[in-house]
Amino acid sequence: MTQLPQTTQKKLGLVIDLDTCVGCHACVISCKGWNTQAYGAPLSDMDAYGDQPEGTFLNRVHSFEVARDQAPPMVVHFPKSCLHCDDAPCVTVCPTGASYKRSEDGIVLVNEDACIGCGLCAWACPYGAREMDGASRVMKKCTLCVDRIYNENLPEEDREPACVRTCPSNARHFGDLSDPDSDVSKLVAAREGFDLMPEQDTAPVNKYLPPRARDNLDIPDLASLCDPVPGAADAPAAKGFLGWLDRALEKI
Amino acid sequence: MHPAPSLILFTTLSGIGFGLLAWLGFGLRTPTGFAAIVFFGLGYGLAGIGLIAAAFHLGHPERALLAFTQWRSSWLSREAVLSAATLAIMAPHAAASAFWDTPLPVLGWIGGALSLVTIFATAMIYAQIRAVPRWHHWSTPPVFVLAGLAGGALLAAKLTIALWLMLALSMAMVAHWVAGDRRLAASGSDAGTATGLGGLGRVRLLEPPHSGRNYLLREMVHIVGRKHAHKLRLIALGLGALAPALLLMLPASYAAAFLALALHLAGMLAQRWLFFAEAEHVVGFYYGR
Repeated sequence: MTQLPQTTQKKLGLVIDLDTCVGCHACVISCKGWNTQAYGAPLSDMDAYGDQPEGTFLNRVHSFEVARDQAPPMVVHFPKSCLHCDDAPCVTVCPTGASYKRSEDGIVLVNEDACIGCGLCAWACPYGAREMDGASRVMKKCTLCVDRIYNENLPEEDREPACVRTCPSNARHFGDLSDPDSDVSKLVAAREGFDLMPEQDTAPVNKYLPPRARDNLDIPDLASLCDPVPGAADAPAAKGFLGWLDRALEKI
Repeated sequence: MHPAPSLILFTTLSGIGFGLLAWLGFGLRTPTGFAAIVFFGLGYGLAGIGLIAAAFHLGHPERALLAFTQWRSSWLSREAVLSAATLAIMAPHAAASAFWDTPLPVLGWIGGALSLVTIFATAMIYAQIRAVPRWHHWSTPPVFVLAGLAGGALLAAKLTIALWLMLALSMAMVAHWVAGDRRLAASGSDAGTATGLGGLGRVRLLEPPHSGRNYLLREMVHIVGRKHAHKLRLIALGLGALAPALLLMLPASYAAAFLALALHLAGMLAQRWLFFAEAEHVVGFYYGR
């Protein structure tokens, strides 16, 4: 059912500390590992040994630079996965009922047997948290490791999402954000945790903790020295029909 | 957004097909006998081809029937239900016109109204998406509905009405573009809100999370369309609405009407390609685009 629940008993989610994340991508790899061997269709790689390899990931780490006027620029590593929003637009757009938000714990999941692979939920998500798998042609997203957190076959310390369990710098925390006395809620309160793109009205459950003030050294403009190579991450020139269209329109 | 050919064909052809069915339902033209077979066949054919093209967009078309279940929340599901309902309710009217020379105006009016609501639902699939600010605006549905009605009137050979609708369509397209160009800035989203770091300083992407492409970049960060947006707008406006309108001002002739139809179709394909290709998704802020 793609109508959202009125309320959820719990709000399980992640708190991600942008101050301590070192950008090692271990969460990306452990997520891919666990979710390829467990719940649902595996996370495939396409053209894995070719010129343009790509694959499905439920969690990716971006790195941003924050340029400041009175201080040196900061580098902030930024892990991003599904935020399990209270007002999840990905759920309500789903035409088949494959996408749903659980009323018991607030986790947003995809029933892969009912997914027609239309991709509309991925379009509706402002955060890019959903990726269509190239091999299984169904939508993949973070499950908050629903097959770990309630799994009594695992030792108790392993009953948390793979990304949280693996993080070597303790930048990821898992818990119930509806309970004001939970560790994660206290952390959010103490560190002034924030929502991503609050103006999109998605009411994310996951919170991010801001980097602490530091590096207040008097160093001139470092940012200009760190300019990445322009265009390095651009798409390759369009080929085929698009390439023809590009050239034809260029000539008009 | 990725301008998938299946979606361009779906929105354009089913739009014009349902537009023709709307006029046939409202009795703007009441063909009987063989003429009814031709007119209704054209309407059903175009609507059907469009819907089949949409199925090609799916990863699992064999499960497409599930898309009829979630009409309470999903505009895509509503579109599926409405299009099926339109084709079903219109069928007795079409059959009675073709085989017994007796149109059924009540069913026709209901079917005509449903045709319009179907086109509106198609537009709402896109207009509902807040993460694509250019689409998330009242100016999106008028373009779809007027394109369907104008093309449908042209197909029904009601040239005076088609002329006025072409002019209305041209204004709707311009309004959508003018409003659309301000939508991304008006959404309030930028790299600062996307990362939540905007309060600390100016945010830019230093290292993307992956060196290659991925599903998100292919689907939602499409650059070629934006580069040529102005030229394509002129092509869409000229071929899709203004040139057909000029042709319709000439003394009525088959040649002028057919040429107007061909130009209109070509222009609307360009418009629909651009509709997808120039639309910016806020996820681009995480990729520095």
